[in-house]
Amino acid sequence: MAAIEILWQALVQALHSLFTGAPVVREIVSLSLRVSGLALLLTTAIGIPAGAWLGLHRFGESLVARLGRRLFIAFLYTGMGFPPVVVGLLVYLMLSRTGPVGWLGWLYSPQAIVIAQTIIAFPVVAGFTMAAVTGVNPELRQQLRSLGATNWQATITIIKEARFGVTVAVIAGFGSIISEVGAAMMVGGNITGHTRVLTTGIVELTRMGLFADAMALGIVLLSITLVINLMMQQLQGRALD
Amino acid sequence: MPTTVYLLDDVMKSYDSRVVCHIGHLEIYKGEILGIMGPSGAGKSTLLRMLNFLEPTTSGTIRFNGLSVNGNGSVPMDVRRKVTTVFQEPMLLSTSVKGNVAYGLWLRGQKGGGCLLEQALERVGLDHLSKARAQTLSGGEKRRVALARAMVVAPEVLLLDEPSANLDPYNVSLIEDLVTSINREQGTTIILVTHNVFQARRLSQRVMLMLEGRMVEVGETERLFTQPQDPRTLSFIRGEMVY
Repeated sequence: MAAIEILWQALVQALHSLFTGAPVVREIVSLSLRVSGLALLLTTAIGIPAGAWLGLHRFGESLVARLGRRLFIAFLYTGMGFPPVVVGLLVYLMLSRTGPVGWLGWLYSPQAIVIAQTIIAFPVVAGFTMAAVTGVNPELRQQLRSLGATNWQATITIIKEARFGVTVAVIAGFGSIISEVGAAMMVGGNITGHTRVLTTGIVELTRMGLFADAMALGIVLLSITLVINLMMQQLQGRALD
Repeated sequence: MPTTVYLLDDVMKSYDSRVVCHIGHLEIYKGEILGIMGPSGAGKSTLLRMLNFLEPTTSGTIRFNGLSVNGNGSVPMDVRRKVTTVFQEPMLLSTSVKGNVAYGLWLRGQKGGGCLLEQALERVGLDHLSKARAQTLSGGEKRRVALARAMVVAPEVLLLDEPSANLDPYNVSLIEDLVTSINREQGTTIILVTHNVFQARRLSQRVMLMLEGRMVEVGETERLFTQPQDPRTLSFIRGEMVY
């Protein structure tokens, strides 16, 4: 079958699946949204404060403190390029029966995918947030303090001022989560109706030679990403105009 | 006998052994406008930051209403909030004019300050721009927003760092009128840093001269301008000092 024909069929299939609400597709989409949504929520809750803290806090004025901070940031940046399969392997080892938290019994469960995706997206969200708040003029903090802001209030205001960059951090974090396949496959096991998400579903369908179905899931995945990114842009406000 | 708001004794601020500000003895009285004159690099802004508890002193004592306030971290929040600075380059938040003026009230958890906001905006002549984005304002308008933002929280002490530097005569006169009326109507103590001797003379009840980080002379405005005790003061007010 010609590639163009597969693409056309995929489009038709995707629209059909979406509008008729095919149970399999609905299940995969629903699980993907739940798993990635929870992972993004966790990453945002941890990554934004961590990135803001790193961007606004100095460990000290000594050479050791400055080097320590730089080393910490280097680790964070390295984490941004961490291969998902390696994260998957680490989470697998932690959750496997003989692993330190194997007693949870979470291996091959949606929870395992959430953990892996949170770890994958954390350096991305924290790193971009750090860059965004560092870009805010440091003089602002002093001016806010002068108006009577506590340290906490000043930090919140600075994050709000850096909202354009912070939203990019969340978008990038979401991108790394939703498109991730290796870790979800390793720790989720790609079990039909239990841990099969959009990316692992695409892999499975391609293996089975069902290219049109695989492309349909791909189109759904792209559409979800587009809609969520459009929503995020709304948060960035008028700075984009 | 006037009430003392600030009492400074042998206050010194230095960075890497370089002294940037040294004040032997200075009392600042409640309800006065004290003008601090001096060329750039005289230590005026550093002094303001110490008076606003934004920087600790290297040595010496600062007392605010009798409370020792040398370390910036140890000053209680209710004391900090009695003092506000309008900076030379005020940084406005990327929100509306009204949002900026309301910021101090939000920090203090004061809801329903609508009336206060409107009054403040009206006083600085920006009520018609309350919904405009602060970043779109001109330099003079931004300074007026900064003044309204400080005014609305009714501080006991208002510190002004070159409030009208590089502004057109209309905005200079508007800001000077505002400063006078805040002091007269609300009894706010104002410490005005300026390198403009004429402005210092127009607005202040007492004037102080700083040079190279040190206080040269302080006194009643007319006395200091007509009978300066230090030859450097005479030289500065005559505009003969090259710096």
